[in-house]
Amino acid sequence: MKSGKFWAWVTFILGAAYFFIPLIATMEFSMRMKRGEYSFEAYRVVLGDPRFQESFTFSVVAAVFTIILGVLLVVPTAYWIRLRLPQLRPVVEFVTLLPLVIPAIVIVFGYIRMYGSNSPLPFLSSDMGTNALLVIGYATLALPYMYRAVDTGLRTIDVRTLTEAAQILGAGWTTIISRVILPNVLIAVLSGAFLTFAIVIGEFTIASLLNRPAFGPYLQNIGANRAYEPAALAIIAFVITWGCMSVIQVLSRFAPKSANRPN
Amino acid sequence: MTDISLSGPAAAGKTLPPAQASAMRLPTQWLGVAPFIIFALMFLILPTLYLILGAFQNVDGAFTLENIVELAQPTIRAAYWISIKVSVASSLLGAFIGLAIAIAIVRGGLPNWTRSATLTFSGVASQFAGVPLAFAFLATLGRLGLVTVLLRSVGVDLYQYGFNVLSFWGLTLTYLYFQIPLMVVIITPAIDGIRKEWGEAAATLGATQWQYWRMVVIPVIWPSFLGTVILLFANSFGAIATAYALTGSSLNIVPIVLYAQIRGDVLHNANLGYAIAFGMIFITGLANIFYIWFRTRSERWLK
Repeated sequence: MKSGKFWAWVTFILGAAYFFIPLIATMEFSMRMKRGEYSFEAYRVVLGDPRFQESFTFSVVAAVFTIILGVLLVVPTAYWIRLRLPQLRPVVEFVTLLPLVIPAIVIVFGYIRMYGSNSPLPFLSSDMGTNALLVIGYATLALPYMYRAVDTGLRTIDVRTLTEAAQILGAGWTTIISRVILPNVLIAVLSGAFLTFAIVIGEFTIASLLNRPAFGPYLQNIGANRAYEPAALAIIAFVITWGCMSVIQVLSRFAPKSANRPN
Repeated sequence: MTDISLSGPAAAGKTLPPAQASAMRLPTQWLGVAPFIIFALMFLILPTLYLILGAFQNVDGAFTLENIVELAQPTIRAAYWISIKVSVASSLLGAFIGLAIAIAIVRGGLPNWTRSATLTFSGVASQFAGVPLAFAFLATLGRLGLVTVLLRSVGVDLYQYGFNVLSFWGLTLTYLYFQIPLMVVIITPAIDGIRKEWGEAAATLGATQWQYWRMVVIPVIWPSFLGTVILLFANSFGAIATAYALTGSSLNIVPIVLYAQIRGDVLHNANLGYAIAFGMIFITGLANIFYIWFRTRSERWLK
């Protein structure tokens, strides 16, 4: 047992080194912009760059729409599957896992060929249409995570009883979903939402191939042309991801314990 | 509470009667999932099918296997080969290192904070991919990166030894940054699922520590381990942003070839582009079929 503990420490410390050294190196590199001294010059340059602000805002807006689309799509479906169509569950679960099988680049390639300007549904012929397609693509990417989060949330509540109680009180389907089910799985939905945000905010492939002025292509562009700013951007991106994940962790403390867990 | 003892099919059977009872209202039943089905068809399934069909057609739309045969041309074959190599290396290394870390924090007798710190950090790092990750590794192991410079100052010139962050090993090392944490996140619950009682039961029956591992622990975590390896494989096989930002187009992995083809038809054959996409789906699809299979097998033990 003694030697086991020793090796556990060795593993832990080696792992920590592998994960912290790049962060330290990136931090150090990002502060070297001014010759001979450490400064936050690179951060000042990046944050003051209007293209940074524009692309970041664009991606935040895209992420918000993605989350809305994802919630509208997933919550009623997962609810209905639990309530009325349990026999369809394997099919829907399979579909939600497909985005893990089909790489994003393939999905967007399909969009470009199917929704080009001379197709029956010419999404790509206008700017708004292309933006819509971007949000749709992002919602597809986030589908596995959103569905899992919401489904886990639904597992902890008694969907049938809640629905029947609401129906007895005279509620319609929209009321049931928006005022009974959604508030009960709100924490799960928010976890899914923040994960979606973390995935979408720096996404490169889809945004770049749809020629959208998003944050991911901007990052790539800066990386190809500048020396110190990319390191600063990497730190900023890491902080954003960290923020999203921390929020999810804080939220999970408020979540009811899953009914399926014997603890 | 009694739900715990119910296995999957039994639980599904319990919810069947109401569904049958309302079978009269079938059309409204299906209306509830219609938006999802339509969305999935329009934006996930049909676009993919479009490419798959295109892979088996020539320019005039007639059936052909020519595009698939053309995948064997040297540049494309090399691209698939390096993609597979990077994915296999990063998924296997990521899986074993991730497993070691998970075992260390769950079973190693380390203080409690190491576990929560590792899990929190893994959650973040598993999502920290794409372009920023490439920047971080350029700042670390690039020609002017901190580690490169420090090692050079003590007389070890990585680049003299043939290392290059824009290479197979550079890319693999970079991918490990999200592969290892993903493994930790997925495998830790499986290791938690190994009950203390099993160890005690094995010891009561006179098993040695080695027998306990070989005959109890490894068989229990094996399916979920193997399944996660496959997930990691698909995860790195489809990734493009990190590689593109790291290497530009100097390392031709499949997604980068496809990216260039979509941007500017560099292969001068649209249907060959479809065939490359088909090849990618084929490989990740194959991997994921195994994943789902192993996953369902392993979940039996983790109830």
